[in-house]
Amino acid sequence: MAQEKFDAIVVGAGPSGNACAFSLATRGLKVLQLERGEYPGSKNVQGAILYADALEGLVGDFREDAPLERHIIEQRIWMMDDRSFCGAHYRSEDFNEDRPNRYTIIRAQFDKWFSRRVVQAGALLLCETTVVELIRDADGKVIGVRTDRDGDPIYADVVVLAEGVSGLVGARAGLRAVPPPDTVALAVKEMHFLPRETIEARFNLQGDEGVVIEAAGTITKGMTGTGFLYTNKESISIGIGCLISDFADQGQTPYGLLESFKAHPSIKPLLAGSEVKEYAAHMIPEGGYKAIPQLFGDGWLIVGDAGQFVNAVHREGSNLAMTTGRLAAETIADLKSRHAPPTAANLASYKARLDDSFVMKDLKKYKNLPGTLHNKHLFTTYPQLLSKAAQTWFRVDGLDKKSKENAIVKSFFQTRRLKGLIGDVLGMARAWR
Amino acid sequence: MHIVVCVKQVPDSAQIRVHPVTNTIMRQGVPTIINPYDLFSLEEALRLRDRHGGEVTVVTMGPPMADTALRKCLTFGADRAVLLTDRFFAGSDTLATSYALSFLIKKVSENWGAPDLIFCGKQTIDGDTAQVGPGVAKRLNLLQLTYVSKIESFDMEAREITVDRRAEGGIQVLKTKLPCLITMLEGTNDIRRGSIEDALRGARTEIITWNAAQAGITDLTLCGLRGSPTIVKKVFAPKPRDEKAFQIEVEGKSMSDISDALIAEIGKRQPVLERDMLKGAMSY
Repeated sequence: MAQEKFDAIVVGAGPSGNACAFSLATRGLKVLQLERGEYPGSKNVQGAILYADALEGLVGDFREDAPLERHIIEQRIWMMDDRSFCGAHYRSEDFNEDRPNRYTIIRAQFDKWFSRRVVQAGALLLCETTVVELIRDADGKVIGVRTDRDGDPIYADVVVLAEGVSGLVGARAGLRAVPPPDTVALAVKEMHFLPRETIEARFNLQGDEGVVIEAAGTITKGMTGTGFLYTNKESISIGIGCLISDFADQGQTPYGLLESFKAHPSIKPLLAGSEVKEYAAHMIPEGGYKAIPQLFGDGWLIVGDAGQFVNAVHREGSNLAMTTGRLAAETIADLKSRHAPPTAANLASYKARLDDSFVMKDLKKYKNLPGTLHNKHLFTTYPQLLSKAAQTWFRVDGLDKKSKENAIVKSFFQTRRLKGLIGDVLGMARAWR
Repeated sequence: MHIVVCVKQVPDSAQIRVHPVTNTIMRQGVPTIINPYDLFSLEEALRLRDRHGGEVTVVTMGPPMADTALRKCLTFGADRAVLLTDRFFAGSDTLATSYALSFLIKKVSENWGAPDLIFCGKQTIDGDTAQVGPGVAKRLNLLQLTYVSKIESFDMEAREITVDRRAEGGIQVLKTKLPCLITMLEGTNDIRRGSIEDALRGARTEIITWNAAQAGITDLTLCGLRGSPTIVKKVFAPKPRDEKAFQIEVEGKSMSDISDALIAEIGKRQPVLERDMLKGAMSY
């Protein structure tokens, strides 16, 4: 048998790999997708929120049959101390639209659906097949992969690494470093089963409307991180995550953090009577712009979490993953149509496409933020001050309002001093700009 | 040689949960797997094929989504997969299932030759009846070897097979003529990991899909719910027992040490019983 060769091999069947394989297959390229899990989604963990825009650009009619949970009509942002939260909520009827913007999803189901679409588009998918190494030719160009199954290597013009944050193929091949612990968060989450009606009554929802809560404060015990609570149809996803380096320094356990988050007096009633369905943990690349590795070379590209494409500030990841997967596919298809070889010089147009997209623009905007967030005052002192201020303001106790104002201002200066306050504000402002 | 292997896609029973409020089985989101017992049969069939040549055809009856189970069988190295799917089959018990499967196997015979061997799993993990294999054998008028723990020898020339069959109180060594139907016991082998060539071929092979008519089934009253005399009267969750087992620390190893410790522990937990026992002892 003549040696078989694919136009592209995509390593991984998460959002970035699926987006890439789908885009390649719909353009008529011969694609092989390799997934180590038993089925696509079996290894994949996310909160999870789906931002419609990136998927819509690939599968225009996804709303017709994708397994979506609830469309989000209300966002709650909470600053929490041990006994309180001080929140900003935004709810709008505008989010009850024909083509909603954000959905909660359950990844195991969603990824299976997405993968079916990829296979229908014509890609060949092998599950339970782990890529163990990249094959290079004498000049160092990547020409294929070897898997953990018996048999010959498989060859392709281009190998796309969509292997996720903890994938080892790229690291083994020296294409990217294993991300250092201060650029990766470890998040744990639980799925809590509750009857549909209970969720709707508890969160003031009707039909498929959904609420998300994002929380920060003393819940992370001084570490850099956030907690979340998302409503699904018949379950609630609740989780919390912090930088791995912080967990290591402080000797905290992720499950301990989640237990105390769940026991918080503002969270506990939301989960009352629920039954835990599953428990999962996952790493999230949060190094931002500065942590992005080299993304292309002779015969290879990196997409998704493997390339650190997560916007930690806005809790966006899967949409960046899908977009990078699509742009990689467009690059490969474009070269193929021009009969241009997939050399590093030619594949550099992938980087140019990324720079031109929201992906790089957004990550660049926040490039200094990860460093700025390594400030325990943001997660401990300020939430406490905020809570104290709110309480001083709302408690009616015979004290006049002017004195209350003075007390609040004084508490800020006493705790953090003028220099510290200005430094924090300037630091955040600079990083945000 | 032609071997047919019957498999079933089943919910992973390790992951089924009972709804805390309604007490019904929550099937939603439960992953499906190939009935684990069937994999022992599939591996045995693949080994015979590898040794003696021929083809392995895997068949199933189920919903369209059962194609994923067949696809997986192909990546293990099966040569062909056929899915029998039709809404008329919904609600089949073992009688209706064996009826449909017997037609499916007849149709497979017409297309790719009569099988020399048919393999089934001993039973399924969702129904646990162990009736479908014998039912198919009866309907196809085949000899059957159930609860097989080992294939001792296989002679294609003489068309004979000798197997170990687990029976109450021992192992029977049975020899029979081909064709026959075999159900394999669990733990008799380990399913192989297909090579990359098997996996690629499996991903590419088209799964042949037939409906009832295409399988030559004309009497639909014998299919699905209508053809199933078994009636599910009630589904209920057993009440969780609240008794707990506990360990008792015993000093010393003699029988009397152990019985003394046991009686003391019972007395501690059952003061009324202890009092009555002591009363009884004193009255002697």
